[in-house]
Amino acid sequence: MNDLFLILSSDTVPLEAYIVVSLVMFFAGIYGFLSRKSLLMVLISIELILNAADINFVSFNRYLYPEQMEGFFFALFTIAISACETAVAIAIVINIYRNLNNVEVDSLNLLREDDTEKTAPNPQSGL
Amino acid sequence: MVQQIIFYVLAIIIMFFSIMAVTSKQMIRSATYLLFVLLATAGLYLLMGYEYLFAVQTAVYAGGIMVLFIFAILLTQRPGEKIAPEPLKQRLSALLLSLTGFVFCGFIIFKNINKVYKLTEEPEMNSKLIGKTLMGTDKFQYLLPFESISVLLLACIVGAIMIARKRS
Repeated sequence: MNDLFLILSSDTVPLEAYIVVSLVMFFAGIYGFLSRKSLLMVLISIELILNAADINFVSFNRYLYPEQMEGFFFALFTIAISACETAVAIAIVINIYRNLNNVEVDSLNLLREDDTEKTAPNPQSGL
Repeated sequence: MVQQIIFYVLAIIIMFFSIMAVTSKQMIRSATYLLFVLLATAGLYLLMGYEYLFAVQTAVYAGGIMVLFIFAILLTQRPGEKIAPEPLKQRLSALLLSLTGFVFCGFIIFKNINKVYKLTEEPEMNSKLIGKTLMGTDKFQYLLPFESISVLLLACIVGAIMIARKRS
C-alpha cells in the first residue's frame, strides 16, 4: 500500500505500469489465440502478443539501461520480423480460402492440396 | 504530471481495445481495434523518448500490416457478416488459462519489481547515432542482423508470391 502511494505521488511513470500494460495486452492475445476459430483472428492475437513483447523490450531498455540501445534495436528487428510473418501468413490464409472457401481452423486437416478427388476419389483421404 | 496523465490515457486505451479486439464478433471491427492498440503503443514509444521507434511502429504496423489485414478480411469475409460464436467450453477454458497466467505473472511482477525506477535523463539519441549503430561492425553495432533481416524480407516477398499465386 505504501509502495502504491509512492508510485502515485511520484511525477514519473514507474516501470511496473508499462509492464502491466504489456501484461494485459499479452494475455488478451493468449485468450484470442486459444478461443477464436478464424485464422485471421488468430493472426490478430499473434500481433497483440508480439506488440506486448516489444513494449517490454523498449521499457526495460529505457528504465534500466538508458545509455545503451539493445532493447531499442531488438524491438526494431522484431517489428520487421513480424511484418514478414504477417505477409506470409496472410498469403497462406488467402490460399486456404481459395481452396476451402472458409478460414476456420477446424476445417483444415490436410496440409497439401487435395488433388485426389479429381482423378480417383480416395475414401481414406482427409477433407 | 502531464506525462503521467498521457501515460494513463494511453494505458487505458491499450487495455480496453486489446480486450475488445479479441472478443469482437465482427472481424473488421477487431482489426480496427487492433489499429487503435498499435497506435497507442506508438504513443508509448514517443512518451519514452524513442521517436524513431514511434515512426517505425506507425509506418510498419499501423500502416503496412493493417492494410494487409484489411485486405485479407475483405477478401475472405462477407461485409457485415458476424462470426458464429465459438463453443462455450473452448472460450471458458481459454479464459481460465489466460486469467491464470495473468494472475501468476502479475504476482511475480509485483513481488519482484517493487522499486520505483526514476526515469533518468533522456539519452542523446539522434538519427545519426541510430544510423551509425545500425551500420557498424563493432561491438554493440548491428550490421549483421540488419543484413539478415533484409535477406529475410526478400525471402518473405518471394515466398508470399509463391504461396498466393494462382495455380494454372
